[in-house]
Amino acid sequence: MTGAPPKVTLDLARDSGLTAEEYDRILQRLGREPTYAELGLFAALWSEHCAYKHSRVFLSRLPTEGARVLQGPGENAGAIDIGDGWAVVFKIESHNHPSFIEPFQGAATGVGGILRDIFTMGARPIALLDSLRFGEFDDPKTRRLVEGVVSGISWYGNCFGCPTVGGEVAFAPEYAGNPLVNVMCVGLVRADAIFRARAEGVGNPVFYVGNKTGRDGIHGATMASATFDDSASERRPTVQVGDPFTEKLLLEACLEAMKTGAVVGIQDMGAAGLACCTSEMPARAGTGMDVELSRVPQREVAMTPYEILLSESQERMLLVAARGREEELRRIFAKWELDAVEIGRVTASGTLTARLRGQVVAHVPVNLLAEAPKYTKPTAPPAWLAERLAFDPLTLPEPADYGEALLALCASPTIASKEWAFRQYDQQVGLNTLVLPGSDAAVLRVKGTSRALAVSTDGNGRHVFLDPRRGAAMAVSEAARNVSCSGATPVGATDCMNFGSPERPEILWQFAHAIDGIAEACRALEIPVVGGNVSFYNETNGQAILPTPIIGVVGVLEDTGRRATQWFKASGHRVALLGPPHVSLGGSEFLWRAHRRLCGTLAPLDLEVERKVQAAVRAAVSAGLVTAAHDCAEGGIAVALAEGCVSGRGLVGCDAALDTADRADQVLFGEGPSRVVVAVEPERVRAFEALMAESAIPWRWIGATGGDRLVLRRGTTTLVDVALDRIEGAWRGGFERHMA
Amino acid sequence: MRFGVVVFPGTWSDCDFHYVISEVLHEPVKYVWHRDRDLDDLDCVILPGGFSYGDYLRAGAVAGRSPVVEALRDFVARGGYVLGSCNGFQILCEAGLLPGALLRNECLQYRCQSTHLVVENVETPFTRGLRPGQVLTMPISHGEGKYHADPETLRLLKDQRRIVFRYADAEGRVTRAANPNGSLENIAGLVNPEGTVLGLMPHPERAAEAALGSTDGLLLFQSLLGSLVEDGSFLKR
Repeated sequence: MTGAPPKVTLDLARDSGLTAEEYDRILQRLGREPTYAELGLFAALWSEHCAYKHSRVFLSRLPTEGARVLQGPGENAGAIDIGDGWAVVFKIESHNHPSFIEPFQGAATGVGGILRDIFTMGARPIALLDSLRFGEFDDPKTRRLVEGVVSGISWYGNCFGCPTVGGEVAFAPEYAGNPLVNVMCVGLVRADAIFRARAEGVGNPVFYVGNKTGRDGIHGATMASATFDDSASERRPTVQVGDPFTEKLLLEACLEAMKTGAVVGIQDMGAAGLACCTSEMPARAGTGMDVELSRVPQREVAMTPYEILLSESQERMLLVAARGREEELRRIFAKWELDAVEIGRVTASGTLTARLRGQVVAHVPVNLLAEAPKYTKPTAPPAWLAERLAFDPLTLPEPADYGEALLALCASPTIASKEWAFRQYDQQVGLNTLVLPGSDAAVLRVKGTSRALAVSTDGNGRHVFLDPRRGAAMAVSEAARNVSCSGATPVGATDCMNFGSPERPEILWQFAHAIDGIAEACRALEIPVVGGNVSFYNETNGQAILPTPIIGVVGVLEDTGRRATQWFKASGHRVALLGPPHVSLGGSEFLWRAHRRLCGTLAPLDLEVERKVQAAVRAAVSAGLVTAAHDCAEGGIAVALAEGCVSGRGLVGCDAALDTADRADQVLFGEGPSRVVVAVEPERVRAFEALMAESAIPWRWIGATGGDRLVLRRGTTTLVDVALDRIEGAWRGGFERHMA
Repeated sequence: MRFGVVVFPGTWSDCDFHYVISEVLHEPVKYVWHRDRDLDDLDCVILPGGFSYGDYLRAGAVAGRSPVVEALRDFVARGGYVLGSCNGFQILCEAGLLPGALLRNECLQYRCQSTHLVVENVETPFTRGLRPGQVLTMPISHGEGKYHADPETLRLLKDQRRIVFRYADAEGRVTRAANPNGSLENIAGLVNPEGTVLGLMPHPERAAEAALGSTDGLLLFQSLLGSLVEDGSFLKR
């Protein structure tokens, strides 16, 4: 683009995503018409993606404080004290829109973005987890999307050198036009060496470091703040292109620079790129910034100020240095063969002044940019909800053969083994991974201490669709339960809220209730939410995704040796079910797979029982009383037991009796919270029983491990009696056969 | 024994090798920057895994022409030991310190998984503590690990007994099913004619602690350390 910038009008403002009211507000506060570059700043920074303008009022309901919290929401990532002078830094973020347009680069740059959020805090990333959602495999696009997303994650994470240790993949038709790519990253930092994104110290130099700026990703933030229609592929140029090699150099250079003490503040140039950093960093510190855009390293010619400010080129950071120590920083970045260019200074002005060869192209108060309007838009329960809830799944016919029904469920791509994806990810670099992908939670040791971290991500769109509040509370409970099953105590959470358009009252209603559910569960389980991400506008041609909050929970395991995994280890161990008997087919994987229905009510969630069950599991694991602990999730207890039998190194059979009066399909495949299956060696049975009595939770023995079949009975009836090799075949092949 | 772990831009197993050598084996170790040419105070140089120079052009191609690798030629000629794992093996082949090349995996995907290796030659400094036919468990993590060599080179490798490890099943049988990347004749690791330069795709540093699933990788280091101890006492530890 050359020549004079376009004239700024209301129409142009509307085209860039601002409303008439917002444009009025800009005119009023500036007292003049914005320049073209300034309009770009407002459009990006006041976009939903950057400003959370529809969600902020709700997000304030989340509990964010706790004794261990070192950094809550508002920075690049949250941080929690884990003892011995160490802190864990973590966050989850979405990259849904780019991944739909260009799955490989979309997913890859999603990984890149969250890695930078972690290492800008001074932490070395030690683990990645991915929560992915796709349409069903009968949709011809699904395979290509899965392949693209998985290879993008594999390419970026592997080359960068951070292991991918967990996450989940689920399939439902509602994601066909809008897949979800949520990536969580976990890093470690000394608790007294956490860096923040603040432009402190008037007169301090502002450095641009990392990759050069190109035209890629311009309008990325505004793209993520609108819904898609069939022309989505035309937006391919708004997807950024990643370079994991440069990111690795940036990691090493930044961590080395931070050690010198010459770094005052640092922020990743993510959404809205330089515009975001040059306004947010001074806004947080109560300062201003004066930058010369012609000094920004560029890899394309004739870039305009608008383009330089709004480019979302990857692998770049803005760094505020201590005055007088510029040379030290330049030397470090030169060693890693990266650009480090002084582009401006921190000022006391409270404004962002951007110049091109001396001439001012934008001059805006940073607070005005950072404080986008907040909206409290109307919410209303969806009209269709009552009908869905009223439908009783038990009016549907029972399966003719429960063994076949179980095999079909094990072969559901949502439940089946995800080894096809995980074997494409490096899972071990860093030498920390004690429990590889495939158990309820991944476990990573903290070298130099006796401790380990356990991490899990969970979310169930069907549950939230039917009951946003309870469904979201169940997602928190499940992620925490998975961490507890490994033996670790949950210490913090991060949430990625994937929803449709908040401008529709029924979507905002889902969102508001989901936030309430998360808040409720996090309070009851004493897990602060220290960061997260909201992704709205996940709809294509008016079809919204299932409302999908993904919850990532981090736990601390005090003794790396005292941990559990989900699979049965040997024959002759007794098997117990901890937790309440309540389950429901409403919103279950079985109801969808067997009957193609999404309806019914969810099982009740008693958070006090949930808390006690998790505490009991942790106590049992840390006392060395259980040889396996596995959460009952999608597919109910039948699938939990089947996974216990076949997901380990060898096959271990199980014979269990499930004595409740409910209909057999509900007993076997019904889903409900707070339920954990454990296996106990015979010589530990008495100690285990004593511990359970002390814990005051509902629990009972249901059977024993052994043999080469899974047998599930009720009274004198045998409901399921299936050879393990058939279960293993269904479970191992259920996802992979679609990718072969 | 003094170890040096080479760091190229994009290397990521450097810290892992350093950790194993210093914290598990308690041997002296330092990092060697890719621009350094001075290897005089070292007995063994490690070329670790990762994506040196982003694996741009070809895996290991740029690193294979770096100052430190140029210096390795003299180092090897003086009798120094070199262990290249993963990207390190690719670099050794690119530099011509080992013959052949590592191509894209036959499945065209990255593979991170546990593998079994059968030991073919126990007369190298890296394998002298092992038994012939012994099966080691070690993970792989690579996208370009399919070993290839022309028929003449392959014959030479066999004649000189330079193929040290092959991918095998748990019983040590060299089968097609046990080959994770389509390597020629399941070749996983080989040495130079003198046996002082070992290249292998698997990661011995990831199999050095029981907590992480295997200690078989340590056997390579212990063999090497044993080579330097006159009475072989290290092997008996």
